[in-house]
Amino acid sequence: MPELIENRQIPETENLVTYLKPAKGWLSIDFKELWRYRELIYFLTWRDIKVRYKQAVLGIAWAVLQPLMTTVIFTVIFGTLLKTPSQGIPYPLFSLSALLPWQLFASALQRSSTSLVGNSNLLTKIYFPRLAIPLASIFAALVDFLISFVVLIGVMIYYQYWPGWNALWLPLLVLLALLTALAVGLWLSALNVQYRDVQQIVPFLIQVWMYASPIVYPIETIPAGIWRWLYGLNPMVGVIQGFRWALLGGAPPDLTLVISGAMVLILLVSGLYYFRRMEKTFADIV
Amino acid sequence: MSDYAISVENISKQYRIGLAQDRPDTLRDLLTAGVRKVGRIFQSNREGRYSDPAHIWALKDVSFKVERGQVLGIVGRNGAGKSTLLKILSRVTNPTEGYGEIHGRVGSLLEVGTGFHPELSGRENIYLNGAILGMRREEITRKFDEIVAFSEVGKFIDTPVKRYSSGMYLRLAFSVAAHLEPEILVVDEVLAVGDAEFQRKCLGKMNDVANEGRTVLFVSHNMSAILRLTQETIVLNEGKVVMRAPTPEAVDAYLNMGLTKAGERNWSEGELAGGDPGFRPIALRVRNPRGQVVDTVVAAEGFSVELEYQLNEDISGLRVGFYMMTTRGEYVFTTFDTDDPGLYESFTSRPAGRYISRVQVPPNLMNEGRYLLGVNASTYRIKRYFQDDKALTFTVDATGAPGMHWPEKRLGPVRPDLDWKIEVVEK
Repeated sequence: MPELIENRQIPETENLVTYLKPAKGWLSIDFKELWRYRELIYFLTWRDIKVRYKQAVLGIAWAVLQPLMTTVIFTVIFGTLLKTPSQGIPYPLFSLSALLPWQLFASALQRSSTSLVGNSNLLTKIYFPRLAIPLASIFAALVDFLISFVVLIGVMIYYQYWPGWNALWLPLLVLLALLTALAVGLWLSALNVQYRDVQQIVPFLIQVWMYASPIVYPIETIPAGIWRWLYGLNPMVGVIQGFRWALLGGAPPDLTLVISGAMVLILLVSGLYYFRRMEKTFADIV
Repeated sequence: MSDYAISVENISKQYRIGLAQDRPDTLRDLLTAGVRKVGRIFQSNREGRYSDPAHIWALKDVSFKVERGQVLGIVGRNGAGKSTLLKILSRVTNPTEGYGEIHGRVGSLLEVGTGFHPELSGRENIYLNGAILGMRREEITRKFDEIVAFSEVGKFIDTPVKRYSSGMYLRLAFSVAAHLEPEILVVDEVLAVGDAEFQRKCLGKMNDVANEGRTVLFVSHNMSAILRLTQETIVLNEGKVVMRAPTPEAVDAYLNMGLTKAGERNWSEGELAGGDPGFRPIALRVRNPRGQVVDTVVAAEGFSVELEYQLNEDISGLRVGFYMMTTRGEYVFTTFDTDDPGLYESFTSRPAGRYISRVQVPPNLMNEGRYLLGVNASTYRIKRYFQDDKALTFTVDATGAPGMHWPEKRLGPVRPDLDWKIEVVEK
């Protein structure tokens, strides 16, 4: 009887039915819900960026200065003093092209792994998909990256390097770096909720990881064959090698990128699984 | 569509309590626990999870339904499970057992200011906080002016909130929450924060929400607010629903519940060690006019305070007295059992034995609030036999006190029923 149906406007939330039940085991990820909360992710990202550069005289310029200063240090120590080979590329450009994706990864990882504990006041008071928090901290790192990319363009112009069509691969490589950070960040942020040891380990982990990636030295330093393959298990190896190739030419990433990609996939799926499994208890133990 | 806004069945929530060895909080604990666990595999029993002493049930088998548009009160002592229940209803935490359904968006005034960032401006915080509470950006933009007007922060809207006074901060935070327009509003003890003006605003907003036909869950220790705003009330005790009844009945039952654990104070031998063995306090009790030992007394009825004690020797010139203090540490009064000259004469010397000194606090003396009782037993300027400045806390409820038709908190620790006359001097 359609005439009996009320004609009033029903707010979309009135029909929202929420089920309360014990959380058991593997909860599938509710991407639809995550999408509904996209504005929250946007605002959390925005907050992270805003707060980072508030009350700093140089403000957002720090996003540019940091990779620039690190490049200068690396160039002096590894380029000039230690004479590290750099595939025939000027050393500043060689190290900066790796530093950018590296810093994207490192800051995304650093921020996401402490994100849940840093937002514990939200966790214990309000419901929202918990994934929004590490996601937002990763997006905040991406914004920094995009700004610091300007430096790379400047240095490339200075050395008169013009990228070819290969540069179109960059977005994919950035995505791979982000997914790597997300995968590890999911593990570490969830672990950090219960074991605060994690936040002590993270800076150390990032440092070790940096030397395990071809940033200050070329990938050729690692002997080809089985060692190179093992080296490729570090997803950032593929990302960084790909970055150099896409911007500056040289050896294209080979099997390492495939190994890196597979590694990210494994880390990401297991990270999501662990995160979802722990999610239900965050509010109780954080 | 169901007629119920909230329906929960047998909801239970279990928490672990701090037995350090049980829950590894650091990796070291985890490693040592791992070794122990291996040894335990052979004697594991599945029931153990629920019965072992490291776990407590914050809620046990709670079932109730709330109809659309109903304003339901929830009362209970501290630790009765009120906050846990609200956390489950707002999905912050999952129940350990049970099932529930919620129809509509849940907004809550306990989240006032959650996610506010001190470095951000008022404007930025409105958007951030709105998004956290589940508002969409266009919705916030639409209500922005209204929120600013309600909060009265005006021209400071672009100033970082860390420069706000605490009053401005609270008002801004509350205005955002108040404009959420959820189908279900949960209010937890908002009356405990902010000044009188702010509390009036909270109550006013709650009334509006209720009048618009939304569902409201109202949690409070303030019985008069519960009586004023709700028709029906649930009483929680030790994680269980012990009663659901029309509010006056439920409040009455709650106030008279045999909460003997509170309202009485005993001293262990350890606490008395070093004291004078001649005077042994046994119990300090607060009783309502019906003689029940209670944690909450009603100011309008009056109440009594008594100390039971044992004298192991004859003591002359002994006086036993109480200090009444607010929880902020202001003294309300001091009184001794031999203040009255008649009693002073007849008890110049008390032989060894067991005594009770009881004082009657008249109706309409104390204001509502939480109070601290101190005990003193001494002989004037000679010897102090026993003193405990923080012996017992109890609550005074304002139900039926003078001026209760205004929903405001009265200043001062006393709320006497004074004699007023209004003269018309000229018309």
